[in-house]
Amino acid sequence: MQASVLYEVPGPRTRRRYQLFGVLAAAVLAGLGWYVYDALASNGQFDPAMWAPFEYTTVQQRILDGVRDTLTAFGLAALFSLLWGALLATGRLSDHRWLRWPATALIEFFRAMSLLVMIFALYQAVFSAQPMYALVLGLTLYNGAVQAEIIRSGIQAVPRGQHEAAYALGLRKSQVMLTILLPQAVRSMLPAMIGQLVVTLKDTSLGFLITYTELLYIGKLIANNTSTPHGYPYIPVIMVIAPIYILLCLALTALARWIESRGRRGSNRRTPAAA
Amino acid sequence: MGIPFEGNNLSLFWHGFVQTVLLSGASALLALVLGTLLAACRVSPVPVLRAFGTGWVGVFRNTPLTLLFFAVTFGLPRVDVHLSAFVCAMLALGCYTGSFVCEVLRAGINTVPIGQAEAARSLGMTFGQTLTLVVLPQAGRAVLGPLSSVFIALPRNSAIAGAFNVAELYSVQQTLSEQGYAIFAIFFWIALAYLCISATVGLLFRGLERRLAVGA
Repeated sequence: MQASVLYEVPGPRTRRRYQLFGVLAAAVLAGLGWYVYDALASNGQFDPAMWAPFEYTTVQQRILDGVRDTLTAFGLAALFSLLWGALLATGRLSDHRWLRWPATALIEFFRAMSLLVMIFALYQAVFSAQPMYALVLGLTLYNGAVQAEIIRSGIQAVPRGQHEAAYALGLRKSQVMLTILLPQAVRSMLPAMIGQLVVTLKDTSLGFLITYTELLYIGKLIANNTSTPHGYPYIPVIMVIAPIYILLCLALTALARWIESRGRRGSNRRTPAAA
Repeated sequence: MGIPFEGNNLSLFWHGFVQTVLLSGASALLALVLGTLLAACRVSPVPVLRAFGTGWVGVFRNTPLTLLFFAVTFGLPRVDVHLSAFVCAMLALGCYTGSFVCEVLRAGINTVPIGQAEAARSLGMTFGQTLTLVVLPQAGRAVLGPLSSVFIALPRNSAIAGAFNVAELYSVQQTLSEQGYAIFAIFFWIALAYLCISATVGLLFRGLERRLAVGA
């Protein structure tokens, strides 16, 4: 076990104590797990009737459709929020005050606004027939503002000598940005960007509240269409849908980690590897 | 534009505002306690606890908040747990935010250089002294910035509770829009309320940061 800030490398007696704690903790956790399982089982949540709907191909097809709609909204929102974020960041980094101030105000406003309140206003005002556009537009406005801040801090984190050198070589403002600053900044901001995309993916579930047929909405429909002696199968539906969301998010996070490790390898190329 | 000043809209609006503040406060407290416990698990020397912390955080960080609200509101009554809508919302928000708090705290502890603790130990400080005099003060300073963005996000996220039977600002927006007021006028006032709340939280954290700053 590696050394930690919090405690020293354990000796034989401490290690035995840790083992004892481990056994105790495992027992407590197992007890909790059993308690939860028992509560679920005694309320008939593992009843075959509860899980029967998932055997129908139509239901499976509906879940797949829900995943498709979730991913559609996510894809559009991701694309547009990155574009909107790039636009806002350009404004925010501009040398002209009349461009910089409105961009700053927009970024601050959309970052402080509740996404759901925004989506609901858009849904009520403009898109009551097509909730997807309300969802995508709301996600774009909010996440774009966050992406803009990520892009800005990424560009400002490039060492100052870089753009001073570029100006000294006689490059123009746009050349400095596009050929010197942006390529270096992208590497450092990609993990944060993809992290924000995970947030975007999770927030597509807000579509549930404005009747967009994404995964969670489909889940509620499936539950409400099935009647069992123990009531609607909400818990089985949650147990099916939550892992789908978690897997989608973990896949995106894994992508971020992979890109991060690639980036680190790239930046270390000139220094010899530390064996 | 004068919607809040017509009829008894003002009391409706005020009630929603207070509920949002209360809900955010209560879940912030829960998130802080839960996050600290989870962080303690995640940095503990006992592998079982570490695995538990990792698993919990992995599940709650990657589950959409709406799904958590859905699970708490519709799932708990199925296993004969009946709680008020407010407590349900607090649980969902607290568990969700708690996992983010845990990650922030863990990252903060990891930023303290290991030499700090080694130096404290070689000076003969006890475990408690090392923790409270050396490690935690430094970790706390590193944690404040990220923690403030977590807690600024919390009132914004609490809007989802409005869709699950808690009478807060989002449900005020719904009620008023059902009464036929112009949606963008309502949006203006609701937006203003949320901006006030997040500005207040931001100011609180900035004040705290200034108080805890070293030197300067």
